[in-house]
Amino acid sequence: MAAQLRAYRARIRSAQTTKKITRAMELISASRIMKAQARVNEAGPYTTELSRAVGLVAARSNVQHILTTEPASITRAAVVLMTSDRGLAGAFNSQVIRQALELEQLLKSQGKEVVFYLVGRKSVGYFAFRRREYAKSWVGATDQPEFELAKEISDELIDVFTREEADGGVNEIHLVFNRFVSMMTQTPVVRRLLPLELTEDFSADELPEGDGGVLPLYEFEPDAATVLDRLLPAYIESRVFYALLQSAAAKHAATQKAMKSASDNADKLITNYTRLANNARQAEITQQISEIVGGADALAS
Amino acid sequence: MAGLLKVSVVAADHKVWSGEAAMVVAKTTDGEIGVLPGHEPLLALLAHGQVRLTLPGGERITANAEGGYFSVSADIVTIVASEAELV
Repeated sequence: MAAQLRAYRARIRSAQTTKKITRAMELISASRIMKAQARVNEAGPYTTELSRAVGLVAARSNVQHILTTEPASITRAAVVLMTSDRGLAGAFNSQVIRQALELEQLLKSQGKEVVFYLVGRKSVGYFAFRRREYAKSWVGATDQPEFELAKEISDELIDVFTREEADGGVNEIHLVFNRFVSMMTQTPVVRRLLPLELTEDFSADELPEGDGGVLPLYEFEPDAATVLDRLLPAYIESRVFYALLQSAAAKHAATQKAMKSASDNADKLITNYTRLANNARQAEITQQISEIVGGADALAS
Repeated sequence: MAGLLKVSVVAADHKVWSGEAAMVVAKTTDGEIGVLPGHEPLLALLAHGQVRLTLPGGERITANAEGGYFSVSADIVTIVASEAELV
């Protein structure tokens, strides 16, 4: 009886310490979401400006660039999988990995060979555990991704894209990452990074007034081809960076959600065990009383 | 002189500076170029990162935008580089 009571008390204490930890992690990730979101917003102007410039060059000239040319046949595709370095984020990593594997199935059914590039310790762990091959991995910087990381990744990707197929080059590159939709929702998305699809649609507000709605004739210095040559890699970098930032923000949101439900669960456990402990204590007292009464009765008779 | 130029300097992870300027001087791959309000639309690659901005009050600031580009369109000047900063 007393042993049972002690066991319950121990469980209550253990749930309380767990709750303290999960509560702390919840608060930490809550503050990090704000920072991560601010960084997504701060990277916004750069991305917008670059897409505008790239769109302009594409619309104003008929320059063919290797990064935008659709290959005649695609035999090998690369998939860049962005996970986090740490777990404790609910379905965050498993959902994006599942999405990447589905994409792999799809690409394989189209007769393409698939090469994986991994970002984040979790995806590397997943692949290592299953003894699967991957081309390259980047770990350790997914919580607060720096622009250098995006640059490193995109340099590698552009390199492998421009390489000849016989040397292990790929014809197509996909990004798979978690997108931050809201605090409660993070959805895995697949985006094709290369070859780039250049769109020429300009909304009306980008046209200067009084020009009869005609896109201004731009002058390029030194010339359109050289400008595009410099802009496209930068554009790809910014796309990768954007994906990294989204993934980081989504990770913090997922952690916060997971830790909140863990704290709530700990609360529930504490309530249940407290009730059981009270019950056990009461039962112990009742038994002691009945023993005393029984003993007294035996002496009196 | 018609109006002022609306200038913004943008780096990969944040907006460095934005405001109005009377003149922008930059060194492109083809040589130095000065932009006054009313300039024709232009998209130029920067050779050396230094871009000099003359503010309406005559004050001058310099931005460092190595390996970037700058675009002019309807008196809006945007200086973009992965690592831009004010000097």
